[in-house]
Amino acid sequence: MTAIDTAGLKTMFDEISVAIEADRDRLCQLDGVIGDADHGIAMALGFGAVRDALAALDLSAIEPTALLNTAAKSFLNAVGASSGPLYATAFMRSAAAVKGKAVLEDADVVAMLQAMAQGIRDRGKADIGEKTMVDAWQPAAEAAAAAHAAGKTLTEILDAAFAAAERGAEATKDMIASKGRSSRLGERSLGHMDPGAASAVTVIGAMRKGLA
Amino acid sequence: MQTKKIINDGSRSVDEMLEGILAAHPRHLKSAAGSPRSIIARDGPRRGKVGLVIGGGSGHEPTFLGFVGKGLADAAAIGNVFASPPPNPILECAKAVNGGAGVLFMYGNYAGDVMNFDMAAEMAAMDDIEVRTVLSTDDVASAPRDQRHKRRGVAGNFFIFKAAGAACDRMLSFDECERIARKANDHTFTMGVALSPCSLPQTRRPNFEIGPDEMEIGMGIHGEPGIARGKLSTADEITDEMLDKILDEMAPARGDKVAVLVNSLGSTPLMELYIMNRRVKRMLDDIGVSIHATWVGNYCTSLEMAGASVTLMHLDGELQTMLDHPCDCAMFRAG
Repeated sequence: MTAIDTAGLKTMFDEISVAIEADRDRLCQLDGVIGDADHGIAMALGFGAVRDALAALDLSAIEPTALLNTAAKSFLNAVGASSGPLYATAFMRSAAAVKGKAVLEDADVVAMLQAMAQGIRDRGKADIGEKTMVDAWQPAAEAAAAAHAAGKTLTEILDAAFAAAERGAEATKDMIASKGRSSRLGERSLGHMDPGAASAVTVIGAMRKGLA
Repeated sequence: MQTKKIINDGSRSVDEMLEGILAAHPRHLKSAAGSPRSIIARDGPRRGKVGLVIGGGSGHEPTFLGFVGKGLADAAAIGNVFASPPPNPILECAKAVNGGAGVLFMYGNYAGDVMNFDMAAEMAAMDDIEVRTVLSTDDVASAPRDQRHKRRGVAGNFFIFKAAGAACDRMLSFDECERIARKANDHTFTMGVALSPCSLPQTRRPNFEIGPDEMEIGMGIHGEPGIARGKLSTADEITDEMLDKILDEMAPARGDKVAVLVNSLGSTPLMELYIMNRRVKRMLDDIGVSIHATWVGNYCTSLEMAGASVTLMHLDGELQTMLDHPCDCAMFRAG
């Protein structure tokens, strides 16, 4: 059993901001093909703001819920765009999912991932197969839950989530977008990975590195 | 290779632009206290008047904040380049212009804008401000006719906001302002063509690739791919192709009136816009449609993108009255 405290969650967000910053240009290029080329900028801006906001917190004085809500607000106010409301809702829902906990155990991490995926679905009103970040987040959350139910370790749970996210993002290449800005392209979106799904893989990969 | 821009720090460009705009237009504009990305009209918001809040990403100037002023929008919420503003600056706009008669949110139909403005509307409701939303969906190229609600809002925003702003300024009821705003959108049709890309200040890389002899019909104002890419043709051929699509949907009868907007996406000069407008006039003359008013210039840009759009608003007496209603904004005056 692992127990993740607020310092552990801060490490997770620090890992995400490093990974997204490193991935910024690739995400902009992916977005340039079927969107408006700013996805990497928005994501880097958002997670950079989260990193700075968390650095200003007294981690010993707060619970995971407060940290996650701070992440949500700082991401939203720095970004706007589509990713702002989507990730802010994801973090607010994850905050609610672990309310009252001082530390997170494996089941809480899984609940957090599931709440994030559900929050993104609800806010974006998107489902699987519509060529959005849901196509990475939803399978990742499901794979995490299945691995946990099978008695796997946290490392194995997050490995499963990451692998499922990668497969999900890859699958968006064969989808025609029906949500988001690329939905006006119709068949011209075929063959290209959805940038939101691509960045979700990066985020989940960094979460794995930060938590496991 | 990086594109050339007169900037300092790409991540500060929006805030530095706003500082320059407020310095240039102190008689028209101010920012809300504690919310520098909420730009409020000095004159206009008042008790009993429906407040009009517009907004969206930066990079389209003079859309959105250039249309803030007496007789048009009461406030604009400013996002990063090509990115919706977050809910907070939108909410601050709503609070600043709330005259107790309701607040209308109007903006282009993009997923990000819808999520952020909807969150702001929920927050405004908690402050007892009633918000209604009218999305602009004038871009004919962005979805089929039977899916008008999925279309993007582009340069036609200018006409749509103008009509709604006039309705609000004439102290009409919330219901009437909303009805006129929706009607203005339903009567407005835009088609664009892009010749060369723009680049974001933060990346300074072209945001799409296009051959030296190519054009893209229907490209969005953020460089989103359009409906067809072809060889660059003549001004008359391009204008015909765009107007054919618009007129096919608008289906005007002989003797009907329209307003015309020939808009530059950024770097296409007035010379080329007027050459296009010449053709617009000839085509409309040919089918017996009369032009009530024409605007030519930079109204809804896409940074330094080369290209242009043509917008027609199909007028009736009411919409004509709204377009003729005086307004005095930082970057636009009428009447």
